[in-house]
Parts: sequence; structure tokens; C-alpha cells
Amino acid sequence: MKPIQTKKDYQNYVEQKSPNSPIIKNCFNAFWVGGLICSIGQIIFNYCKYRGMDIQISNTIVSIILIGLSAFLTGLNLFNRIGKFAGAGSLVPITGFANSVVSPAMEYKSEGYVMGVGGKMFTVAGPVLVFGISASIVVGILYLIFNTQSITLV
Amino acid sequence: MDFLTSIDWMQMLRCFIVGGLICIIGQILIDKTKLTPARILVIFVTTGAILGGLGIYQHLVDFAGCGATVPLTGFGNALAKGAIDEVAKSGFIGAFIGGTKAAAGGISAAIFFRIYCISYFKTKNEKTIKNGDFLSVFSFFFYFMHFLQFLQF
Repeated sequence: MKPIQTKKDYQNYVEQKSPNSPIIKNCFNAFWVGGLICSIGQIIFNYCKYRGMDIQISNTIVSIILIGLSAFLTGLNLFNRIGKFAGAGSLVPITGFANSVVSPAMEYKSEGYVMGVGGKMFTVAGPVLVFGISASIVVGILYLIFNTQSITLV
Repeated sequence: MDFLTSIDWMQMLRCFIVGGLICIIGQILIDKTKLTPARILVIFVTTGAILGGLGIYQHLVDFAGCGATVPLTGFGNALAKGAIDEVAKSGFIGAFIGGTKAAAGGISAAIFFRIYCISYFKTKNEKTIKNGDFLSVFSFFFYFMHFLQFLQF
């Protein structure tokens, strides 16, 4: 057995011995879980359209139902398992947004209803709302100034 | 059923693929960088709002439907689009009304369902199902069905 001499040899040795990073597997799981959640949304959307509702109302109903379902699954302690399995697949769709609202609040329930539930409710989802709404205000003001959407790909 | 035949399956496939790809971007950010999930969500929403404001994101929505609107980038897009529509309608004050108005349904639903979950489920660490708390599970389900009825489903 050859002794390991240079730094490069050592790096190769470590790379051989360490287990492969599961990023491919993680990405695959995120892909199909995320795609599935979006497809469920699409089915609800199609049903709303089938019932003759307009697009904006349909989008709101889709997000309300998905948020409701994920709140339900969070309450049953199932969403954490899905989250561990799928990673970003359950975090990036709007279901993750609801989970992050529901989950901290359930942990802090013991601190009382006003400061525990009400105060800690938006610990994770709060930044999303703050930056999202700030960005929308900036977009609105920019639209007011330039009075057009500057890039419009035809 | 009439409804099942009305589904566009190619649309569904595009929705699946685009939604999945957006989630893969999130997964790569989680695995390859040291960003916390909250930061990643903020990045997604802000990106969606910027792309929505530039009018680029709408093309993705036209292409993929809910594959583009369900991920948080779609939430950002809805905020930006709401702000733009409201500015066009009522001027400067619209920039402050429009975004929140467009997202109001989602935010209110999150609060509403959370309050319901808090009052019916035990804390996160206790296993609700294993404690035999079927009453709360059942009542939430029942309640959810009623909610769907209110939405005239």
C-alpha cells in the first residue's frame, strides 16, 4: 500500500472513501413531489374553470385549498416527513409557506395565545410577506413612473 | 365524466415539469449553499415579483399554468401583478393596495387554517394519530368538506 504523499492524493482518497452526495436523489425527489403538488393545483384550477369561475378567483381558490391541505397534514405531523423526504419539493410550492406558518405556531402554543400563537405565527413566513409586499410596492411605483412594463417579450 | 374529458393532459405534463424544475432550483440552492430555508423562500418571492413586474413571468404562466403559479415565485408574481393592475386603476395609492389585495386570499387562509389547527391538534411533537385523537382528524376533514361546499364545489 502506497503512503499518501501529496495534498492532491489525499483529496482523491477522501473523495473515493466519502459517500456520494445525495444531491441527485434529493433533486429527483424534489422534482416529482413539487410537480405532483403543482399538478394537484392544476386539477383544482381546471375544475374551477369547468365551473365557470374567472382566472383570478380560481388561482385564489387553488392556493386556499393547497394551504388548507398542508395545514391539515402539518397538524397530523405528516408534513414534516414529506418535507424530510422531498426537501424543496414541499418547501417551494405554496404548501411550504403554509407549513412554515402553521408549524412554529404549534410549537409555541405553550407560551400562550397572544404572544405565543399570535406573535410567533409569522416567524418563518413573515420575511416572505415583508419582502414580497415590499417588492410589489416598488414594482407598482416603478410602473407608475414609467407607465409601462419595460420588457415585454412578445 | 364530463370534467375529466375537459382536462388538457399536455397542459398537465407541462405543469408537472415546470413545477418540478422550479423545485429542483430550490433543492440545489439548499444543497449547494448555506442559505437557510427562509432566505431561499425570500429569494423565490422577490425573484417572482421582479420577473412579474417586468412582464416575463406571465409567459411562463401561460405556458405552464399552475406549474408556475403554485410555487412561491408565482406568489411574488401575483403580488407584482396585483400592484400593477391597481396602479392602472387608481393611481399612486394602488401601489400600496394592489399587492396585498392580490395575496389576501392566501394570507387569510393560512391564518384561518392555522387557528383551526391550533385549536384542534396537539403540539407538533406529540403524535396526533398515535394518541388516538381521531375526533380532531375527523372533524377537521368534515370541516374542510364544508368549506369546499361554501366555495360552491
